[in-house]
Amino acid sequence: MANILAVDDSASMRQMVSHTLKQNGHSVVDAPDGKAALDKAKQQKFDAVITDVNMPNMDGITLIKELRKLPNYRFTPLLLLTTESAPEKKQEGKAAGATGWLVKPFDPEKLMGAVRKVVR
Amino acid sequence: MSIDMNQFLQTFFEESFEGLDDMENGLLNMTAGEPDVEQLNDIFRAAHSIKGGAGTFGLNSVTDLTHKLETLLDRLREGESEVTTDGINLLLASVDCLRSLLQAERDGTEADPQQAADITTRLAAMVDADDDDGSSDGNAGDDAGSSATADDGSGPGGGWRIGFTPEPHLFMTGNDPLRLLEELSELGEIQVSCDSSSLPALPDLDPEECVLSWTIDLYGDVERQAIEEVFEWVEDDCSLTIEPLEPAGGDTTTAAPETAPEPEAASAGEPAGDDAHQKPAQQSSGGNASTSSSIRVDTGKIDNLIDMVGELVITQSMLNELGENFTMDKLEKLQDGLAQLERNTRELQENVMRIRMVPISFAYSRLPRMVHDLMRQLGKKVDLQLNGEETELDKTVMEKIIDPLVHLVRNAMDHGIEPPEKRAELGKPETGTLEMNAYHKGGYIVIEINDDGGGISRDRLLNKAREAGLMENGSELSDEQVFDFIFHPGLSTHDEATDVSGRGVGMDVVKRNIKALGGNITVNSTPGKGTRFAIHLPLTLSILDGQLFRVGDQVYVVPLISIMESLQMQGGKIKRMAGTSELYEWRDDYIPIIRLRELFNEAGGGDLENELMVVVEEDDRYVGLHVDELLGQQQVVIKSLKSNYRPVTGFAGATILGNGTVALILDIAGLLELAQARDEVLTKGANN
Repeated sequence: MANILAVDDSASMRQMVSHTLKQNGHSVVDAPDGKAALDKAKQQKFDAVITDVNMPNMDGITLIKELRKLPNYRFTPLLLLTTESAPEKKQEGKAAGATGWLVKPFDPEKLMGAVRKVVR
Repeated sequence: MSIDMNQFLQTFFEESFEGLDDMENGLLNMTAGEPDVEQLNDIFRAAHSIKGGAGTFGLNSVTDLTHKLETLLDRLREGESEVTTDGINLLLASVDCLRSLLQAERDGTEADPQQAADITTRLAAMVDADDDDGSSDGNAGDDAGSSATADDGSGPGGGWRIGFTPEPHLFMTGNDPLRLLEELSELGEIQVSCDSSSLPALPDLDPEECVLSWTIDLYGDVERQAIEEVFEWVEDDCSLTIEPLEPAGGDTTTAAPETAPEPEAASAGEPAGDDAHQKPAQQSSGGNASTSSSIRVDTGKIDNLIDMVGELVITQSMLNELGENFTMDKLEKLQDGLAQLERNTRELQENVMRIRMVPISFAYSRLPRMVHDLMRQLGKKVDLQLNGEETELDKTVMEKIIDPLVHLVRNAMDHGIEPPEKRAELGKPETGTLEMNAYHKGGYIVIEINDDGGGISRDRLLNKAREAGLMENGSELSDEQVFDFIFHPGLSTHDEATDVSGRGVGMDVVKRNIKALGGNITVNSTPGKGTRFAIHLPLTLSILDGQLFRVGDQVYVVPLISIMESLQMQGGKIKRMAGTSELYEWRDDYIPIIRLRELFNEAGGGDLENELMVVVEEDDRYVGLHVDELLGQQQVVIKSLKSNYRPVTGFAGATILGNGTVALILDIAGLLELAQARDEVLTKGANN
């Protein structure tokens, strides 16, 4: 079971992601924006990070760039949870260092499918 | 295992309404022709969050509208479209529309589909007007685009040979080839061969690089798209070939169906398809959000509570210790300890009450938008100033004060502040000022609404009151009494009420609502200079200042605020009317007497002379309550009868007194009803 950091500025989205992951046996820490997430990621090592793109303070793309700079997160799965299915956005995410992406609307099965791709 | 997402719907509604408020504020601060990218980003983000959540919960109308809204906002923030007044107004209208859609979803009612369709069309028209190349459809067309390549590969039935050669940097993307192979194996039976020929000698090996490649044979009727989806995240980090498996011999076609039973393959491919979008829609289409209300509490308040509980615990353990080996010489210490306990308890009580308090900015928040709209509608210029935004008010009071406030502001805009031309004529600045203040005063919150408009004409109001028969000719009234007429239902329902400097429509309702909250409203006006309304509201609904009194052997409480006077009845002033009703001459008027003993079925009638009477007022109706004995005044905590027992006419609730007994709190309006039911002539007008 993995220790996962879930980042989203929307409380309902955070709750849904956390709930789904916990139901599937993972432990979850959440954060409301990229900045808070980065702080938490520095305090403890997560096995995977799932982040929204559009957030105040620090957006998801910047968060991924910053995380990849940390020695602890060079190989860590970092997933983008995004509403944009446009290919440019995916490319931007990949270029920043994202492992993969998940397109909203949020669906528990899709989330778990994506998580299974990167952690046990 | 399916997870019910509807449990998060309440949170979604709350954050969406907050998001809409933020959008509205942002839009109101926006000036045509001067795009503020920061602000547009914030607005965009709010819309974006709503769209994301709405999709999850299957609120399709909300998703559609936010999608269009987002497209327009995106163009604005990218500078591709210009920020125009029309644009801002359309965006504001969209916010309204979203709000009503969400409210309808929350309350389980029907939203007006026409409104949403209208707005959606207008949004689309605005986007199209700026741009004819149709790029706004980019998002919608995307899914179709990615699946187009898969059209040729509905699967030959025999399976696929997949060549997967990752780039050395694959691990750095966080992807792991092993996981990808595992996922492939979920689609059907696989046979994997690994090519380790590029593996260097151990000393030269860089463990961070991926140097292996794989060939995978996947058997079964799998769609090409399903395979592409497995590799979707890494397609730029590897070279990938997907080819139909060539039949090895003459008739191996029979082997395929055997190795991969069809139903499995089909179900594995499904969740990735469009069906995934449908599922949440079905889940939540029938479900209404629970209407349980919640409150957001500043963490500082909770920290305070924890501190106080800490102190309480210390005091308690100190008293405990004192009690264990108490001797009389420690009496002073004990008294100190008890005083400390009382202090702790009171502080704790105050702070718990404070949890229910929310800043008045909550009620203010919808005013700027309204003023903005009214300015356009009425062609007036108004500067809205909101002061004391941090002033806190009980959440229930807050929710109920919004409508009266909106009404008063609307009135001030409509009838108080003059049109710019007229203001210029009068030598006033063209832009009128509408100032709201909120502050604490005693146990009350005061909310003031000041305008620098035309004011109310005392004489005209007086004439109106005379015409309506509200007062005797020639009687002298104070300004306060005269202005108070505008709250009179007799004036407000009058057809020409707007002549009274326009004020009056529904003002009686405003006053009634405020009274129902245990508050009061007063008005003061200087013709030509402006009008000031002041609303006094109790800090909280759950505690009130009460007068205790005894009837029979029971103690009752009456809200102090409704008491006009307590007096000893003089025999000469008691008048008996036909039937059983009794009246008392009080302040040049006759008021009905309610014998509480009788009403509460206590024994003993007797003569009223020299007995005690409490004169109470409710909605401009006065009544004298005959009581046996007046006791002290104290703050009481109201416990609802309705939620603990059942509603009882004549009682607003109950409270627990210091000695542990329960006392009922009188509801004056209900008492009047009760008395009236007993004796139909017990009204103020009975003396006429």
